[in-house]
Amino acid sequence: MVNVKRIVLDVLKPHQPNALDFARTIAETGVDYRVKLIVLEIDENTETVQIQLFGSEIDFNTIQSAITNMGGSLHSIDEVEVHNETVAG
Amino acid sequence: MSLLTQANFLLDITRTRGIVRRYFVVNGFDGALTMLGLIMGFIVSAPTDLSMVVGVCLGAAIALSMSGISSAYISESAERKYALGELEKAMISDLHNSAHGVASRWVPLLIALVNGLAPLVISLLILSPLWLSIAGINLPVPPLYAAILVALLLTFLLGVFLGRISGVTWLRSGIQASLVAVITASLIYFFVGN
Repeated sequence: MVNVKRIVLDVLKPHQPNALDFARTIAETGVDYRVKLIVLEIDENTETVQIQLFGSEIDFNTIQSAITNMGGSLHSIDEVEVHNETVAG
Repeated sequence: MSLLTQANFLLDITRTRGIVRRYFVVNGFDGALTMLGLIMGFIVSAPTDLSMVVGVCLGAAIALSMSGISSAYISESAERKYALGELEKAMISDLHNSAHGVASRWVPLLIALVNGLAPLVISLLILSPLWLSIAGINLPVPPLYAAILVALLLTFLLGVFLGRISGVTWLRSGIQASLVAVITASLIYFFVGN
């Protein structure tokens, strides 16, 4: 079984929801998700953020859907860490 | 997500919590002063049947409520559409299905309801002594005067509410609001009564 353990996303988001609510909503999409959000740039109506997500089994589609629901736009997947946890034999 | 949490979330992302509060106070004040004016008018005029007083006041309260709902909905709907358009331009994406899109459709309705229900609820509370009297319940003061007292109390409470928001002493803010109601009642008494 191949699981995504860590993912780093570059996201453009409106000022609202704020960084705290944005990160919290993303964290709520998984049982053991840890989210680190860094604001990289602030414009008049938007901000560019880097989201680092840690979890045992990250579901990318759910994350993308949560980001879109909050008005955010996923620009790129900058880093990914994937583990193959298939038991041999 | 519960309905209340959802409503709070939509108000937060559109930063309209202050607008809702302002509409509640402004139109609530409208309702209280309109009822105060009508009842003062009945006090200084020839004695009238209480059911007629209730009918006239209720008519005015419903009209105020409908005016509040429609005017707030039309203006807020336009404001939210404009704000969403600006955000879509900045994001270079369609936000119709996002929380911002949902907010642009629901927040005007929410604001309109607050704007319309505030004067209606306050008017109904002011009219409650008249209904009690019609129902045969004896009040310690004549029903029209009791309604005036309720109106003064409600304007005081609206002032207290404003005081708590602005951080001004609640008593001072409450007295300021009540003073407006007292001046209104006095003006009606002097200009209509004489």
